[in-house]
Amino acid sequence: MSRLSIITSNKAQTTVESLYKDLERRISASPPGLCPVDLASSFLKLCHSQSCGKCVPCRIGLGQLQDLLEMVLDGEGTLETIDLIEKTAKNIFYSADCAIGYEAANMVLKGLRGFRDDFEEHVLRHRCKCELYQPVPCVSQCPAGVDIPGYVALVAEGRYGDAVRLIRKDNPLPAVCGLICEHPCEVRCRRTLIDDPVNIRGLKRFAVDHAGDVPLPVPAAPTGKNVAVIGGGPGGLSAAYYLTLMGHQVTIFEQRKKLGGMLRYGIPNYRLPREELDREIEQILSLGITVQTGVTVGESPSIVDLRKEYDAVYIAIGAHTDRKIGIEGEDAKGVISTVELLRGIGDGEMPDFTGKSIVVIGGGNVAMDVARSAVRLGAERVRIAYRRRSVDMTAMPEEVEGAVEEGCELLDLHAPLRIEKDAEGKVAALWVQPQIIGPMKNGRPTPENSSEEEVRLACDIVLVAIGQGIDSRLFEKQGIPVKRGVIDALNWSGVNAKDITGVFAGGDCVTGPATVIRAIAAGKVAAANIDEFLGYQHLISVDVELPQVRLDDRKNCARINMKERQAADRAKDFELVECGMTCEEANQEARRCLRCDHFGYGSFKGGRIEQW
Amino acid sequence: MVNVTINGKQYKVEDSSTILDAAASVGIYIPTLCYLKDINNIGACRVCMVEVEGCAKLVAACNNKVWDGMVIHTNSPRVRESRKNTVELILSQHDGECSTCVRSGNCKLQTIANDLGIVDLPFRKKVAKAEWPMKFPLIRDEGKCIKCMRCVQICDKVQGLNIWDVSGTGSRTTVDVSRNRMIKESDCALCGQCITHCPVGALRERDDIDKVLDALADPEKITVVQVAPAVRAAWGEPFGLSREFATVKRLVAALRQMGFDYIFDTNFSADLTIMEEGSEFLEKLKRSAAADSEGTDAPSGEAGAQGVSEKFPLFTSCCPGWVRFLKSQYPDMVDQLSTAKSPQQMFGAVAKSYYAQLLGVDPSKIYCVSIMPCLAKKHECAIPGMDDGARISREDSEKALLAQSGGSKEELGRLAQSGQAPIPDVDVVLTTREVDRLIRAEQIRPALLPEEEFDMPLGVGSGAGVIFGATGGVMEAALRSAYYLVTGRNPDPDAFKKVRGNKGWKEAEFNLAGTQLKVAVVSGLGNTRKLIEALRRGEVSYHFVEVMACPGGCAGGGGQPIRDGEELAAERGEVLYALDKGNQLRYSHENPAVKQCYQDYLGAPLAHKAHELLHTDHHAWKMPGEE
Repeated sequence: MSRLSIITSNKAQTTVESLYKDLERRISASPPGLCPVDLASSFLKLCHSQSCGKCVPCRIGLGQLQDLLEMVLDGEGTLETIDLIEKTAKNIFYSADCAIGYEAANMVLKGLRGFRDDFEEHVLRHRCKCELYQPVPCVSQCPAGVDIPGYVALVAEGRYGDAVRLIRKDNPLPAVCGLICEHPCEVRCRRTLIDDPVNIRGLKRFAVDHAGDVPLPVPAAPTGKNVAVIGGGPGGLSAAYYLTLMGHQVTIFEQRKKLGGMLRYGIPNYRLPREELDREIEQILSLGITVQTGVTVGESPSIVDLRKEYDAVYIAIGAHTDRKIGIEGEDAKGVISTVELLRGIGDGEMPDFTGKSIVVIGGGNVAMDVARSAVRLGAERVRIAYRRRSVDMTAMPEEVEGAVEEGCELLDLHAPLRIEKDAEGKVAALWVQPQIIGPMKNGRPTPENSSEEEVRLACDIVLVAIGQGIDSRLFEKQGIPVKRGVIDALNWSGVNAKDITGVFAGGDCVTGPATVIRAIAAGKVAAANIDEFLGYQHLISVDVELPQVRLDDRKNCARINMKERQAADRAKDFELVECGMTCEEANQEARRCLRCDHFGYGSFKGGRIEQW
Repeated sequence: MVNVTINGKQYKVEDSSTILDAAASVGIYIPTLCYLKDINNIGACRVCMVEVEGCAKLVAACNNKVWDGMVIHTNSPRVRESRKNTVELILSQHDGECSTCVRSGNCKLQTIANDLGIVDLPFRKKVAKAEWPMKFPLIRDEGKCIKCMRCVQICDKVQGLNIWDVSGTGSRTTVDVSRNRMIKESDCALCGQCITHCPVGALRERDDIDKVLDALADPEKITVVQVAPAVRAAWGEPFGLSREFATVKRLVAALRQMGFDYIFDTNFSADLTIMEEGSEFLEKLKRSAAADSEGTDAPSGEAGAQGVSEKFPLFTSCCPGWVRFLKSQYPDMVDQLSTAKSPQQMFGAVAKSYYAQLLGVDPSKIYCVSIMPCLAKKHECAIPGMDDGARISREDSEKALLAQSGGSKEELGRLAQSGQAPIPDVDVVLTTREVDRLIRAEQIRPALLPEEEFDMPLGVGSGAGVIFGATGGVMEAALRSAYYLVTGRNPDPDAFKKVRGNKGWKEAEFNLAGTQLKVAVVSGLGNTRKLIEALRRGEVSYHFVEVMACPGGCAGGGGQPIRDGEELAAERGEVLYALDKGNQLRYSHENPAVKQCYQDYLGAPLAHKAHELLHTDHHAWKMPGEE
C-alpha cells in the first residue's frame, strides 16, 4: 500500500465527462415551448443522482419531491400536492448540509414562483399549457422568421440568387444582416446537439456575396393608397419595402442626410461597408419609394399633418439620443457622446484622434464600435472602462476580442467617478473607482465599490457609450402615447393615439435600443397590419422551389468560424474586418444543417411558413 | 424515371417519388403505421424505416424521396431489428386489450405486430389514462392512442376545423382537443373523419347497440328502423362481401332476423325532404323575383323594397355535421339554411305521427332506430326540439277526443300542457359500423342472407332519394323535382348529372323554365370553408348550395366501415348512382308513399302540418360558443 498515489481517471469517468459536455450542449440547444414542470422534474432527477447520500433531506427529500412532481404531471395531484412540494422544498433548502441538496431544492422553489400556473393547470385541468408554435429552432428564434433551413439548403446547392430571394420574403436587408446580424438563430441550433451551431450568418453573407444582382419581386397592382414612414432605418426601410410590394405608395421621411438609421449612424464602416449599405438601400428604393431627407417630423410637419396627407403612418424613429452619465466634469471639452461621434462618421466627418489618449465608458457593442473606431482614427491609446467584469459585457464576445486584438485595453471592474479638467476646461483625466464583483441580481452580478483607492486615468478624450434614448416628446405632444420614454405600441404595431387612427409604430422607438433584425421584424409586422388597415390582404410569398433534403447530413463536423483580417492591418483603416467564407467552407458549413423543417416536428407542423 | 436498387434488384421508378411509393410500385411492401397518403407523411411511427447505402442512420421511407442510384434495403437485419423493437415500444404504451376493442381484426397496429410475430413484450407496460365524457358521440381512448397524428392532420388539412392538436410535451406528448379545450366545449362538427382515419381503436363512436337490444327485447316497444341511403353501399365491406351481393335487401333480411318490427328506408324521407326543401327553394326564388319586379334594384342578399330580405344561396340542411359547422363558424349565415329537417329527422317525425296513427298506437310505443353512415346523426337525434312527431300526434288525438266530447279550446291547451315529457322523433342512431357489429353479435352469417323487401309504406324510395348518400345527390334530386314543380313536366332524369362526381367543389348552371340557376355542391368541411369565404368576399354567388361535411358525401361518412388507407367514397357513390339508374322511380315527387302521406296527413309541401312536423328552427339550440 503506497502512502500516496497519482489520481488517474478511468474510462467511465472520462466518458461521463464527455457526457457532461453533451448535456451542456443539449441544454444550450433546448427547444422552445417545453413544459417547465416536466423540465423541473428532470432536473431534479439529475440533482438527486448527484447526492452523496449522507443527509436525509437530499437523499430522501429530492426523490420524494420528484415523485410529487410526477404526480402533478400525471394529473394525479391536487392543490395540496403543490403545497407539499413547496413545504418539502423549503425544508430541504433550509436543512440540507451542502449545496447539492439546498440548491436542488432552490430550483424547485424558483419553479414554483416562476410557473406556478403551469403546476396548477396540470392539477386542475390535467393539461399542459405548453404548445409548440414554431418548432424549427432557428426560425423560431429569428424575430423576422426568415426561412433559414430553406436558404441554407439553397446555398448548399450553389443557388445563391434563390437563397437571397428566399431571405427577402421575410427580410429585405440580407446584405446588412449577412454582415452584422446578431444571429439569434444560431443560439438554439439543433446542430449543437452533435457538435456546434451552424454558422448561419456567415452563410447568409456568402449567399449575398456570390449571388450577383438579384432582381426584386414585382409589386402588386397599385392600390392608390399612400403610407408615410417616419425614419429610414432598417425598420422603416423594411416596412416601406413590403408596403410597396403590396402596391401602396410609400414616402420615407428621414431626419438625417441619408437613409440607414443606426446602420449608417451607429455601425462603423469596418463592420458594415457603406457601399454594401448604399447598394442595398438603393435597391429597395428602386421599387418606387419616395424619400424626403432632412425632414424632422414633429412640429412641422406634425404626425397629424402627415396623417391628413397619407392613409397610414408608420413611426420608426429609432433610438438616437445620447444618455448622460451624470458625473462631475461631464461638460469638459473632449467628452464626446458616441451618438455624436458615430453620427459624424456616418456623414463622412472623420475626427482626428492622432496621438490622443482615449477612455471609452461602457461595455456594449457601441462601446466596442467607438473604441475600435478611435483606434482607426489614430488614437495612441484606447482604454475601455467598465463597471463589471469583462465576461459580463453585453457586447458580443467577438467584438470585445476584436477590440482587444486591435490594441484596446480593457479596464473592467472600474466605475467612472468624475472627469478632471485642465485649466482650459479640457479633459485631463477620468477618475475611476475600482469595483468588487458582488451578488447576482436578475442573472447579472452587481459590482460594488472596493476598498482600493481611486485611480486616475490620464486622457485627452472620454467617449461615453452607455446607451441611447428615444426622442418621443414631440410625438407625445401630438397625442401619441408614450410609456417610460418609449412609444406605446401594441404587439401588432398599432398605436392607440388620442385623436388619430392609422398610426403604427415599431422598432427601437417602441422597444428601446435593440437589434437590426428586431427592427426588420417590426417593419414586417407593421407592413402586414397596415395593409389590413387599408383594407387589403396582400400576401408576400416567393416562388423558390427548395432542393430535396439530403440524408447524409449527420456526420460529426465542427463549425466553420469567420476569419478576420490581421489585427495590425485592419486597425489602420475602416475597411471590412471580417473575411467571407470560401466556397469550400460555405459548402461544408451549409451541409451541416440538419433540416429541422423536414426532420422532426417540422415535417408535421410549422416546418415552413410559405407566405404571410 | 430513376434507377434504384431495392433488396439487391434493380428497378426503374418515378423520380421524386418517396421510397415507400417507389418500393410499392415494384411490388415491395414496406409496413407503415402513421402514414396516410398526402395527409400524414411525417415519419412519426418509424415503422417504415429502411436502410439506404451511404446513410449512417436508417431512413423513413414515407417522407424521403429516392434519388438516382439509391440502394435500398427494406429487410436488412438492422431494419428488421429496428422495426420490431419500434413496434414493441409502441405496444408498451398501447392498451392492447384487443378482445374488447372495436377495431380488433381491423387494426393496423394489431396487424403489424402479428405480422412481425411479436408474441412477447420485452418492456414494462405503461398505458396512459385520460378522462373523457363517455356520453359524447365521439369517444377518444388515451390508452389506445399511438400518437400517429392522423386525426390532427385530417381535421386540419381536410376538414379545416383544427379540433385535435398535440398536447403536452416530452414523454407526456399526446393528442387532445386543441387550444386546451374540452371536447364538449369545442366546435367539433362530429363528422367522424378522425375516426375513419384512426389506425387503431383510439377514436370511435359512442356505442349505442345495447339501447337497441333493450328495445328489441321490450315487448311493449314497436321497433321501427330506417336505413340511410349510403349504408347500403358499404355495410357488406367488413364481411368481405362484394358490392353486388351486399344489397340493401340482404341488410333488410338481417334486420328482420334481429327482430325489428318494421324496416323502412330513409330514401322515403329523402324524397319527402326534396318536396319540402325543393318547395322552400322555389318559394324563395318566387319571393325574390317578386321583389325584383317591384322595382327594387338591390342585389340579392340586400333587403328588398318591402324590407323582405332574400339572401342567397339557400343551403341544404340534411347534414348535421354541416349544420354544426355553420352554426359555430358562421353563425350569421344560419338563416340561409333550409328549415327542412334532415331525412333522418323527417322520418322520425313521420314515424311517430302519421305512422303511429296508421298503426293505431300511441307514439310512445314506437322505438325509432336509424342506421346511418354518420356520427353527427347521434347528436342530431338528441337536439332539443326534435320531438315534433309524438307531440303533434298527441295533439291530433286530443283534438279528435275534444271534437268528440265537444270540449273547449282552453281545455285543449290544458291537455297539451299536461302532456308527458317530450319523446324524441328518433330514439337512437347506429352507425354502419355498429349495425355490422350487431350482425356479428347476433351471429348472423351475411353470406347466407336472402334478399327481403322493406316494409310498407315507408319503405318506398325513389332513385332521387338514394343518391342523397353521395355528394351532389341532394342537389340533383332537388333539381329533378324543382323542374317538375315549375314546368309540370319531368326533366330527363340525368339532365343534372353535371353535379355528380367526387370533386370537392362543383358548380353548375341550369335553366329552370327561363330562370338561370347557379348552384354549387361542396363536400368536406375544408372545401366548405373555402366556398363560404369566397361567398363572403363576393367572389362567387349561387342560388342553391348543397353541403356535405364528409369528403364524397355520406358515402364517405364518419360512421362507415373503415378500411385503412383507402378512400372508398367514390366507389360507394357509384353503387348509389347505379341504384338510381336501376330504379323505376327517378323522381321524388312520384314516390307514391310520399304522395299518399301528403294526401292523407300532411296536406301539401310547406302546408301547416308539414311545416310543424318537417321543419325546424336552427336557432333553437346552440353550439358551444355560439351567441
